[in-house]
Amino acid sequence: MKQAPTPVPPAAGAVPTAAALALGDDALVLSHRLAEWAGNAPVLEEEVALTNIALDLLGQARFLLSLAGDEDELAYLREERAFRNVQLVEQPNGDFAHTIARQLFFSTYQELLFGQLAAGDGPFAPLAGKAVKEVAYHRDHAEHWTLRLGDGTEESHRRTQTALDALWRYTGELFEPVEGLEVDVTALRDGWLTLITKTVRQATLELPTGPQAGAWTAGAGRQGLHTEPFGRMLAEMQHLHRSHPGASW
Amino acid sequence: MTTMAPDTGSYEAVFDAAVAADERIEPRDWMPDAYRASLVRQIAQHAHSEIIGMQPEANWITRAPSLRRKAILMAKVQDEAGHGLYLYSAAETLGTSRDELLDKLHSGRQKYSSIFNYPTLTWADVGAIGWLVDGAAITNQVPLCRCSYGPYARAMVRVCKEESFHQRQGYELLLTLSRGTEAQHAMAQDAVDRWWWPSLMMFGPPDGESAHSAQSMAWKIKRHSNDELRQRFVDICVPQAESLGLTLPDPDLRWNEERGHHDFGPIDWAEFHEVLRGNGPCNDQRITRRRQAHEDGAWVREAAAAYAGKHRDTQGEAGA
Repeated sequence: MKQAPTPVPPAAGAVPTAAALALGDDALVLSHRLAEWAGNAPVLEEEVALTNIALDLLGQARFLLSLAGDEDELAYLREERAFRNVQLVEQPNGDFAHTIARQLFFSTYQELLFGQLAAGDGPFAPLAGKAVKEVAYHRDHAEHWTLRLGDGTEESHRRTQTALDALWRYTGELFEPVEGLEVDVTALRDGWLTLITKTVRQATLELPTGPQAGAWTAGAGRQGLHTEPFGRMLAEMQHLHRSHPGASW
Repeated sequence: MTTMAPDTGSYEAVFDAAVAADERIEPRDWMPDAYRASLVRQIAQHAHSEIIGMQPEANWITRAPSLRRKAILMAKVQDEAGHGLYLYSAAETLGTSRDELLDKLHSGRQKYSSIFNYPTLTWADVGAIGWLVDGAAITNQVPLCRCSYGPYARAMVRVCKEESFHQRQGYELLLTLSRGTEAQHAMAQDAVDRWWWPSLMMFGPPDGESAHSAQSMAWKIKRHSNDELRQRFVDICVPQAESLGLTLPDPDLRWNEERGHHDFGPIDWAEFHEVLRGNGPCNDQRITRRRQAHEDGAWVREAAAAYAGKHRDTQGEAGA
């Protein structure tokens, strides 16, 4: 009933739960945000593309949460403070430029992260090996839209610059160490900054100059400190499941 | 637009013979203007129904009660966007652009299936839409796979395969609810009570009152009459409702040995016509939302076009 799709999970006990939750929550929450676009996308092709990305992320989330416990209990019965996703992914969709900027920042990070995990022999290697291919498409989609929007019209340029600037403060958290996740954080951060800088410049936009974290937000999401819109997102997501305790769906 | 050549008569004879022989008419073949217009009208209405139909279901994606159900519902809504794409493409083969058709939808000059003017009030409505609405759509659409116009017939083959998956997930969703807690069972029954009659209306007015039926049947765009298809649907649903452990809200519903079909009660055509006229529960909401999404996306489409214009020579891959 509740089996998440493919790859073979690692042996029980081998999984660092905190890391599975962190990565699983990132994917779950971003998938939810992207799914909010259904019926509202600017063009029919983007209805298909955004849902495609949301479905890939939901597949990753189901696999990762199942490593940490029961996927539905974890998704529907945890309180806001128990979620371990970065704050970037919970940010509301805003206009299409905000959604694309969030996608650019996150998918670039996720591709580099999964690339590292896939190359290793840790418990996340099988998932990362499969997901890195999906995420390469997510990054490609976000990059192409960043170029079109940045180098499109005056209005699209302005909106995209605003979005990059607004979300920049949530990007520092991506490079905070996560317990049980063996990655070279410095390489991750450098690789990410190189790729983002290249795309942003090619799109005739400016790399934001502000800090990459607010006064107390560095690593906050990973510790269960979220932003106000997240609670409302969870209220909507969890309401029906919580209204029927013990029911099967 | 087809120009009237001096020997239109002989073209028409070739067309009539092809239709009579059950051959496919293809985009470059000569066809009567009225045949083309009738197809554009029907394909556009179908395409519009797919994209408006995303709304009542997307209404529940963010509240889906399990991750498995959420994934299924997202995939279904995505399929509908995909169906919209194939169908607008099929209409384009007749010389009508997607933009032109969307404009007609947004301005109310073209319609979409009236069923989507009903609201999805509970999670069980997602199941009822799959079982009944998609079930009725399949009953209508399977014969279209043999429609005389090639691109439409071929698009329908793929659409029907996916619709049949949608119908099964709806049935399975309702079955789970029906066999679940008392509250879940009640939710399923309530949804079926609300969706049953509107689903029967999806086959259109009775044969005698259907405006386009006779000509469409002669052209083999349409293969069966509204009433025939409605009867087929009722006969399919009755045993399925029994297996679901749910009742259909029609006291007159019973097997008629003599006809070999189920008799069913009178349909409230006044309601059908009211909803069609714009007085359904969600007519304004659906079209306002669609227009809003289109208007909100205008700057994005303009940006993509401007970018493609600037980079026409240097790259094709990032073109919109």
